[in-house]
Amino acid sequence: MGILDLKLENSNIIVTSVDRLLNWARLSSLYQMQFGLACCAIEMMAASASNFDIMRFGVIPRATPRQADVMIVAGTVTIKMASRIKRLYDQMAEPRYVLSMGSCSNCGGPYWEHGYHVLKGVDRVIPVDVYIPGCPPRPEALLEGLMKLQEKVRKESIAKKSA
Amino acid sequence: MNPSEIHERLTSTFGAAVVDAKLDAAQPWIQIAPDKIDQVCQFLAREDDLAFDYLMCLSGVDYNNGTLGVVYHLSSIRHRHKIVLKASCAKDAPHVASVSLIWGTADWHEREAFDLMGIIFDGHPDLRRILLPADWEGHPLRKDYKVQEFYNGMRVPY
Repeated sequence: MGILDLKLENSNIIVTSVDRLLNWARLSSLYQMQFGLACCAIEMMAASASNFDIMRFGVIPRATPRQADVMIVAGTVTIKMASRIKRLYDQMAEPRYVLSMGSCSNCGGPYWEHGYHVLKGVDRVIPVDVYIPGCPPRPEALLEGLMKLQEKVRKESIAKKSA
Repeated sequence: MNPSEIHERLTSTFGAAVVDAKLDAAQPWIQIAPDKIDQVCQFLAREDDLAFDYLMCLSGVDYNNGTLGVVYHLSSIRHRHKIVLKASCAKDAPHVASVSLIWGTADWHEREAFDLMGIIFDGHPDLRRILLPADWEGHPLRKDYKVQEFYNGMRVPY
């Protein structure tokens, strides 16, 4: 049961820990850095559209890294793009999270052997929190990955810094 | 105008610059010396009865025997005829004359062939890489290409 479901009529006091409150706020409003790189971006757009409606999880696309909490790396990361992704990641305010969506950004995907131009995994330039397998993953898989990230955020603590 | 008539026009005008031809192929082609290709194309584009006003495609080829090639697919919208031109050059001195001043299309096509095959188009106004980063090493579509180990601190091979 969420905090808002508690009845507040008798007293206006909720007792909780700072960690729980902060984590609840963070995981309920994971603003997404709005960019796509390849075909995975089409599935990401489908996840934003009304059938899957990623916004019900509090994921709102932001057009600037400075307002974003989570970067969904949706597609093939070319080596030319990698330095731009690194820069965008560096511009995001902490706490920041990275969802690697699809085989290409996980490990190079179909380009692993002969793709001289593809970075073999976005984790070579930025740290990744959740890897979503698939080529491309269906929108349900993206939502599953997002919920995995929410579980990760739920376990965080401001006292203990996680990687 | 059919391919053998085009071939006839070119041999009578340019003589030894027309190296080879195969006119019964599915796409008839004429091989031109790489340093004369710009003059031949100028002729094909400007003559009234030829009027090749459309460069459909310009491709780079590695024949894997020490030669690189450039293939030009030409078409005339006015006369509805087509021809393929070829030019080849040695891999260690890959120079071919540019046709970018004849057809604007050739500008980016030649930059792509330079980027991926390393063919140098003499007379091109702005010959630099178009797809890969400017500081990339090598030309990836050559058969003997070896990928570089690192690029700007990022490991490139798997």
